[in-house]
Amino acid sequence: MSLPRYVLRRVLGAVPTLLLVVVLAFVLVRAAPGGPFDEERALPADVRANIEAAYHLDEPMWQQFLRYAGGLLRGDLGPSYRRHGESVNDLIADAFPLSAALGLLAMAAALLVGIGVGAVAALGRDGWRDRVSMTFALTGISIPVFVVAPALILVFAVQLGWLPAGWSGARGAGAWILPVTALALPQIAYIARLTRASLIDVLASPFIRAARAQGLGMGRVVRRHALKPALLPVLSYLGPALAGILTGSVVVEQIFGIPGIGQAFVRGALDRDYTLVLGVVILYATLIIGLNLLVDILYGAIDPRVRHR
Amino acid sequence: MTLLSVRGLTVRHGNAVVVDGVDFDVAPGEALGIVGESGSGKTQTALALLGLTPGSADVSGSIRLDGQELVGATEPVLDAVRATRIAMVFQDPLQALNPYLRIGAQLGHVLEAHGLSTGRETGERVVAMLDAVGLPDPARQVLAWPHELSGGMRQRVMIAAALIAEPAILVADEPTTALDVTVQAQILALLDRLRRDTALLLITHDLGVVAGQCERVLVMDRGRVAETGATRDVFGAPSANATRALLDAVPRLDAPGPAARDAPGLLAAEGLSVRYRARRGKALAAVKSADLELKEGETLAIVGESGSGKSTLARAILGLVSPAAGTVVYAGQALARDLVDRAGTTRRDLQLVFQDPAASLDPQMRVSSIVGEPRAIAGNPATAGEITAALADVGLDTTFLDRYAHQLSGGQAQRVAIARALIARPTVLVCDEAVAALDGTVRTTVLALLREIQARTGLAILFIAHDLAVVRQIAHRVAVMYLGEIVELAPGNELFERPRHPYTRALLDAVPPPPGEAGRPAVLPGEVPSPLSPPPGCVFHPRCRYAEDGCRAEAPARRAAGNSSVACRRAEELDLARGRA
Repeated sequence: MSLPRYVLRRVLGAVPTLLLVVVLAFVLVRAAPGGPFDEERALPADVRANIEAAYHLDEPMWQQFLRYAGGLLRGDLGPSYRRHGESVNDLIADAFPLSAALGLLAMAAALLVGIGVGAVAALGRDGWRDRVSMTFALTGISIPVFVVAPALILVFAVQLGWLPAGWSGARGAGAWILPVTALALPQIAYIARLTRASLIDVLASPFIRAARAQGLGMGRVVRRHALKPALLPVLSYLGPALAGILTGSVVVEQIFGIPGIGQAFVRGALDRDYTLVLGVVILYATLIIGLNLLVDILYGAIDPRVRHR
Repeated sequence: MTLLSVRGLTVRHGNAVVVDGVDFDVAPGEALGIVGESGSGKTQTALALLGLTPGSADVSGSIRLDGQELVGATEPVLDAVRATRIAMVFQDPLQALNPYLRIGAQLGHVLEAHGLSTGRETGERVVAMLDAVGLPDPARQVLAWPHELSGGMRQRVMIAAALIAEPAILVADEPTTALDVTVQAQILALLDRLRRDTALLLITHDLGVVAGQCERVLVMDRGRVAETGATRDVFGAPSANATRALLDAVPRLDAPGPAARDAPGLLAAEGLSVRYRARRGKALAAVKSADLELKEGETLAIVGESGSGKSTLARAILGLVSPAAGTVVYAGQALARDLVDRAGTTRRDLQLVFQDPAASLDPQMRVSSIVGEPRAIAGNPATAGEITAALADVGLDTTFLDRYAHQLSGGQAQRVAIARALIARPTVLVCDEAVAALDGTVRTTVLALLREIQARTGLAILFIAHDLAVVRQIAHRVAVMYLGEIVELAPGNELFERPRHPYTRALLDAVPPPPGEAGRPAVLPGEVPSPLSPPPGCVFHPRCRYAEDGCRAEAPARRAAGNSSVACRRAEELDLARGRA
């Protein structure tokens, strides 16, 4: 099968997955106690009925869902229930560029540093470089983002005063360093461990011994023969890594006060802003599905024995 | 004048001394064979020559190449010598080529790493080298991936990679062991033709291969040199026990095997066909309408090269793959196509022993549980006494009961696999390359065990193998398969002495003559065609030296004559009793 047909089939195959995500999110967000218009002081019954009628919340759930799904098909994520006059499309369009930049930087840092550290550890196996890197990696995996981020602020912003603690005010390059670090750290740690294990494995294969017998030298052997196969597991991990960065961004944006998607999502969830939460969930699901498809295509490009059909 | 001089070479892995004070010399252009059983240290010796023993190994002694000391040399010094002065070909071409790189690039790297050429010149030299090793259409094949090539073609590429930097000595570690006998003959002829002034160090367990290629031979035993000298003298009048043991274990193609016997039929394949679905809706015919009958108490061998369909036929008979057409008849009754649909008693009656004993035993289970498992599955657990008896039948005592698979040697593991197959008291044992992975002496004892069990219990054995000399030792009758078809079926002694199909003749001629005898394997040119597009007419005609127009036009049916049958139009007129023409 040709590549375009493969991609088309995979995209069509993603539709049921996405539909399931939408249905689940739609039901779950409504199952949470409270609603978008609950205030400390209860609204008068007729006012409340009016508002609910305006947003069609008085209809049976299946009808609400069909209405929502109809909008989705036209690319309309609906109006925000809490921010009057603003559509979810607008809210996401405002917040997405910032979050995307943060996420891409974190992903790039995770790959560069993670692969580098992992390779150094594998080549100096059982030596001091290996021990130091792997201790660092284990620490990175064990400590959750909501601990790492405040700790980074405490050390580098509050005590040392090198970097800004939050987003507001400082918009220079310095403001990116701490959030990107906090977001990338667990992924760096995981990718480093993955790269190390995989490279050690590949370096033990017979074709590496054969390459060494040809006098290629360790540097050439690693670059020309070992790196590509050793990075296949890292490639497979990109999907889960993106999911990790997305969830991490919810915490990190909150802690550093970055007005991105993550922050909008937290606010939407607390406010029971049904459409906003759903919109973000659909966006995240699409991103993850898309990246996984890209990974599978790249896999076929790297490993000639994998041909998509 | 010596090219390579090895003195007191010792390799230690921790406390284990795997190579123990080995001395030898190789003159320029000379071919020296190193033989020995697995574990005798021959591969470790080869790896030490290139400085490739694992990092944990301790190498001492002296290896001088053109006077340059290699023991203790630094990696950059070794890298400069590797490929340009001393090169190596490994056993398994499937694993020694990088699956993620096109073959042209793998050869080009060698030239560029040593600064022998750059850019366009590299490409030209790579194509020329691939052409020299007989790769068809080399200008296009430089872009091929290793998995797109057959085993024989991959080994040609490995040899090209080893010779491209024009080394003074080539170390070949079991270069043909993973290959079919006809491909082996091709590769050996190629090595001979290409190396010219290059010295050869040929490491192998196959004494016949050494006898044909090497003027001198060195026999290794438990890390030491047991004996060395001119090949003719060593094999003709061995002085070491190790040499004699190796020679005794060589199965001989010319020693009469068991005579065919008359007995009622037990298990038959009738018009059995197996098809696999291939890409673009094509069907791959793995087995084409095979007819075969196994008689009570006999051993029927199925031989053929890889891809001939011999294992698939056995699997279809066992119900492990579902045939597209035909039936399997057992004790007068047609069996269901799939194993799961067959009655429990039938399933127990037909048992299987696999090629790789280590891989076919569960690493988490003790020997007692492994052997008892078929009975446990049948809901009739074996008693401790029965398990002990089953082990005793294959020559293992009670100390083995609590062992795990990794605590067994290859021969012991295969005995356990046989005990497991026999505890269900089967009437038919299918052995799929069951002795192919075993050393010579171990193979001899396992074959003797099978014969003894057969004599005692009347077991019928379907013996799938590619090693013709082994087959001659054990089989009453032999079926020869080529490209999914049975081309000849005859009593063993008749088939080996008077083959009637040209393919059978070619197979026999490709076997190296026994050590100590003159002659070389004859090369059957070409490769087995793809089963996706089998040739029209007789499937063997493109490689057959007797083919004529009629063979290209029409596929011959297998015709019976006496108690044998052959699928060749010219069978009556050809006299194939004499080989190696």
